[in-house]
Amino acid sequence: MPEKQKGVLLRKDSVKTTKLKVGLGACGIAAGANEVYNELVRYVSTKKIPVMVEKTGCIGMCHNEPLVEIESEKEGRILLGNITQKNIDTIIDEYMEKQTVNPKYIVAGSDYITEHDGFFKKQVRIVLDNCGRINPESIDEYIEMNGYKALHHAIKNMTPDDIIDEVKKSGLRGRGGAGFHTGSKWNFTKQAPGDEKYLICNADEGDPGAFMDRSTLEGDPHAIIEGMTIAAFAVGAKLGYIYVRAEYPLAVKRLEIALDQAREHGFLGSNILKTSFSFDIRIKEGAGAFVCGEETALLASLEGRRGLPRIRPPFPATSGLWDKPTNINNVETYANIPRIILNGSEWYSSHGTEHSKGTKVFALAGKINKGGLIEVPMGITLREIVYDIGGGIKSGKRFKAVQMGGPSGGCIPESLLDTVIDYDSVTRTGAIMGSGGMVVMDEDTCMVEVARFFLDFTQQESCGKCTFCRIGTKRMLEILERITRGEGVKNDIEHLEQLALGVKSGSLCGLGQTAPNPVLTTLKYFREEYEAHINERRCPGGQCKNLISYIIIPDNCVGCGVCLKNCPVNAISGEKKEPHIINQDICTKCGICMDSCKFDAVDIKR
Amino acid sequence: MKDERIMKIIGRYEADAGMLIPMMQDLQAENGYLPPEQLRVLSKKLKVPLSRIYHVATFYSSFRLAPKGQHEVTLCMGTVCYLKGAGKISEAICEEYSIEPGGTTSDRLFTLQAVNCVGACALAPVMIVDGKYFDGVSTESALKIISGLSLEPATGTAEVEAGG
Ligand SMILES: Cc1cc2nc3c(=O)[nH]c(=O)nc-3n(C[C@H](O)[C@H](O)[C@H](O)COP(=O)(O)O)c2cc1C
Ligand code: FES
Repeated sequence: MPEKQKGVLLRKDSVKTTKLKVGLGACGIAAGANEVYNELVRYVSTKKIPVMVEKTGCIGMCHNEPLVEIESEKEGRILLGNITQKNIDTIIDEYMEKQTVNPKYIVAGSDYITEHDGFFKKQVRIVLDNCGRINPESIDEYIEMNGYKALHHAIKNMTPDDIIDEVKKSGLRGRGGAGFHTGSKWNFTKQAPGDEKYLICNADEGDPGAFMDRSTLEGDPHAIIEGMTIAAFAVGAKLGYIYVRAEYPLAVKRLEIALDQAREHGFLGSNILKTSFSFDIRIKEGAGAFVCGEETALLASLEGRRGLPRIRPPFPATSGLWDKPTNINNVETYANIPRIILNGSEWYSSHGTEHSKGTKVFALAGKINKGGLIEVPMGITLREIVYDIGGGIKSGKRFKAVQMGGPSGGCIPESLLDTVIDYDSVTRTGAIMGSGGMVVMDEDTCMVEVARFFLDFTQQESCGKCTFCRIGTKRMLEILERITRGEGVKNDIEHLEQLALGVKSGSLCGLGQTAPNPVLTTLKYFREEYEAHINERRCPGGQCKNLISYIIIPDNCVGCGVCLKNCPVNAISGEKKEPHIINQDICTKCGICMDSCKFDAVDIKR
Repeated sequence: MKDERIMKIIGRYEADAGMLIPMMQDLQAENGYLPPEQLRVLSKKLKVPLSRIYHVATFYSSFRLAPKGQHEVTLCMGTVCYLKGAGKISEAICEEYSIEPGGTTSDRLFTLQAVNCVGACALAPVMIVDGKYFDGVSTESALKIISGLSLEPATGTAEVEAGG
């Protein structure tokens, strides 16, 4: 930006000193990154080592947490994985002395080729560009990465219509699941009559196998604030809310810090950047209800009531919070905005396919070698994600399916692995793009049980307002429970299908309308598993307790006695150094013997 | 005495009934649960019917109407943790301590909470005990961790505390 303004201070020490950055996202912390960070701070200060220790957000390689990145002008960047409180001191000593690191800790680096490189190669980082690179609690670092430049440009050089046009041209579609065109949505709110308008960021992230929004909130909170402020300027809102899921305390903390910093720097609050435009943001924490991710339920919850959805229209764009025009977008949608304004719609739409532009962030997890937070260009295939980025299936097992879209989505089988990631292609499989949960399943997964799991979830989360969703999901769940218990009866599959179609078409909100998807897709692609349960009383995935038995393979058993000692019901017997046996009449199939056996001698008979 | 605290919370939000949920969240943060007598005060002061307060309290899963145990054991039941055996772990804990998911042991040693995805799927199954994360737990290790709990409050080490 040409003129000097408050806040755009470039830090002089940029990369001059060596920086050690500890990834303190949710998985990092779970894996012990706080302990690593504390130890680093302690060690560096007692030994007076001339480096800066910093916090950063999720680096994305969750399978190698805790991660520490060394960044120096001379050596470039080196990413270290599986760091612990114990090994960090020696690593630092070695690096300071010889500028080298034991290769077993290196997962990536500017001058290194490692087995992990595939993980990053096929990714394109737009939304996650700053995640794991900057300190999310420092506005200066955000500004250094061109932060708040887009806001400046938008407010000073563009009209609201210019901004909406630019977003329309970029082709950005809502990342909350449904994929509605963001520019058009903004236009509806802008056109709606009334002076009092609101802007909401949906950070409820309810999908029980996904953490993309959380990582963005924790890793780059200013990008969301900047995106929201630009949107507010475009639609004419003066007050915004970020509705954050109850389980995300760290995200709330970082957002609060970021909001204060933005206000101090004049990027938020009254007279933003000394113009007549004023806008402020408040945080509201959810209280634990999946349905509150649905926009009309979210509004009810924001107003202090039960989160019950209502029929649309009217859409929030014309009648939202306190019946005023309200624009609601997802976290990732807003995080894209500053980049689109800064680099232009043409640049943005050069990524992706004809009808789905840009990138999509996924939380890749499950029975995969390299799980983590990834961002890929639209148009990449599922196979590339699972094998090239994710490194294939764990322990050499066979791929069975990938679940996309959580409880509203579906399971995509091996035969469709070449499906490309874009809204339309994914929808054609029966799954949905969803908000970005991607769970990989292997041969040891029972697809009927998976369907039961998701239906149990939606049935519990159904708000109870409409009959199809409240009772329909209950009846479907009962059938699925019966099948997984090994008590399925002849017409169960047909009844499931009938109910599924009823619930889909008769429910009031998206929760019910999509709840049958996990059942419908598993019925479509894995029907034989349902039939095996019902007709042969057999669970091919080896998960349904009543249909399997744990057995000891005599050839592998060395008679160490560990399983015998651990069995809570004393179902195992055998002499020392002789193969043991499990008494099937006593066994409760808890699986502890299998967990505790070091010789792979316990197997499941399917 | 107790009324004073709830009055403070109400004051914090300028007695705005639209802020009912944040007030209840603060009340729970202070007490560990929503004490009925304080909900009655809340209802009177905000002029919101008590039935509506309960309507809200029973809808959201994070509100609890009974005190919890000394320790908090949170088991992730998200898709990935479930796929990797969290269901079996939960069953084993419930059987060992004769409780239901969400319940508290009769000696109030701990409350077992289920939560949907704590955002650490790559480390599944995840269990959180008093704010400390344990990753890749098995039935065996989970039971062992819980058996180490005693009836004095232990302090967690992790920065984040996940609630259910
Ligand atoms: C049951 C249900 C749950 C939802 N959960 C979320 C959520 O957690 N996060 C989100 O952004 N959108 C969620 N949505 C979609 C929202 O209703 C809404 O479409 C979205 O926030 C709009 O933002 P976008 O246009 O940027 O995608 C959910 C929808 C339904 C029906
Ligand atoms: S499913 Fe347990 S951490 Fe995500």
